[in-house]
Amino acid sequence: MLSPAEWDALGLSARVAAWATAASLPFGVWIGWLLARRDFRGKFVLETLVQLPMVVPPVVPGYLLLWLLGPGGALGGWLESRLGLSVAFSWKGAVIASAVMAFPLLVQPVRVAFRLIDARLEHAAWTLGASPWNAFRTVALPLAMPGVLAGAVLCFSRSLGEFGATMAFVGNIPGETRTLPLAIYSFMHVPGGEAAAARLVALSLVLALAALAGSHWLTRRAERRLGYLDADVRHGA
Amino acid sequence: MLSFDLEFRRAGFVLQARAEFGAGATGIFGPSGCGKSTLLSLVAGLLRPQRGVLVLDRTTLVDVERRVFVPAWHRHVALVFQDGQLFPHMTVRANLLYGHDRRSPSDRRLQLSQVVELLELGPLLDRRPAQLSGGERQRVALGRALLYSPRLMLLDEPLASLDERLKQQILPFLRRVKDESGIPMLYVSHVAAEVEFIADRVLRMERGRIVGIT
Repeated sequence: MLSPAEWDALGLSARVAAWATAASLPFGVWIGWLLARRDFRGKFVLETLVQLPMVVPPVVPGYLLLWLLGPGGALGGWLESRLGLSVAFSWKGAVIASAVMAFPLLVQPVRVAFRLIDARLEHAAWTLGASPWNAFRTVALPLAMPGVLAGAVLCFSRSLGEFGATMAFVGNIPGETRTLPLAIYSFMHVPGGEAAAARLVALSLVLALAALAGSHWLTRRAERRLGYLDADVRHGA
Repeated sequence: MLSFDLEFRRAGFVLQARAEFGAGATGIFGPSGCGKSTLLSLVAGLLRPQRGVLVLDRTTLVDVERRVFVPAWHRHVALVFQDGQLFPHMTVRANLLYGHDRRSPSDRRLQLSQVVELLELGPLLDRRPAQLSGGERQRVALGRALLYSPRLMLLDEPLASLDERLKQQILPFLRRVKDESGIPMLYVSHVAAEVEFIADRVLRMERGRIVGIT
């Protein structure tokens, strides 16, 4: 049904999205918590920075990543010489580009979720002998789980679809950085590639719908487990 | 024994409180906004005073000058909030054991079964907080604090969110907790009758200061 090149693109997209989600999740939860719970100098700057990838043309973060992490870049040269790690024009770079672009979508639901939890629940945990980290783990995080899951699914979906930043930062190399959207774009420009492009477009739609349905189901399940849907709990018990 | 001499300032509000008292229940009574809850938060370790000293049973919990500040989770002082603040994602049983599990076994003075019996919580153990009435919630909150075997129990308007009928149901439980556990209590309320029913002595607060003790 799919050609090897199409399978490649699909597999690569899945790998890139999975890594981008896994790598940004701890930071996303941390920053989301920070923005919801703490007041500090520079909070506005952090907020703006987190939201920025959503409002600039995606090619701009891609350009900046290349400037920073590219072979001649400030950080790129250091990574290359010290760690032997090269991210530009490799799938690892695609992971970074996706993570940066998807980060706002991860942070937003996490932040809202933490904001909805009464801070006094954590204070109650403190006065029962739980350290802030322990209280976070046993009280705040489980209660924020629906938001964290929703954020993770959004992050994953956004990563699957990342185009502009990826293209600018790591290019369009078959089997290395040619993810699903880049493959669609490429097929559109090859004579006779319309059928392949159409197949990948349909596949993208299915994946997006599945992700949204999955997110909805996960969130509902988490909410029910937390007793948020009072009616359901009462009827079930 | 608890003794403190604390000063706490926040935009437009100054609390200056000094007192010393022993075992039993001490009521703190005053109009809303007089700083009662702030005082409890200072004792619990949820707020940091700008100046002063707080000593509980010869342990210095706060001494601003000597830079001593024992954080809330090391004070072994339990706080019962006005609306219970039960953990909504846990069963009543898990709520009750939250502090208990975080106390070393040698320091535990009460077992789950004793507290369940004292507060008549048996039928509620497997429920979620969302499935409890307001009065039941406060009983669980009391039980949770008790099972932590605290050195001091702080109660911040524990009956304020209940109607008159429920208050009358809970008061005897509070009395029982006080008499049978022997844990010293600080009981905050803006209702004089409530404080007098529970407390052995009453501090009166007005505009951030303790203005009398009876």
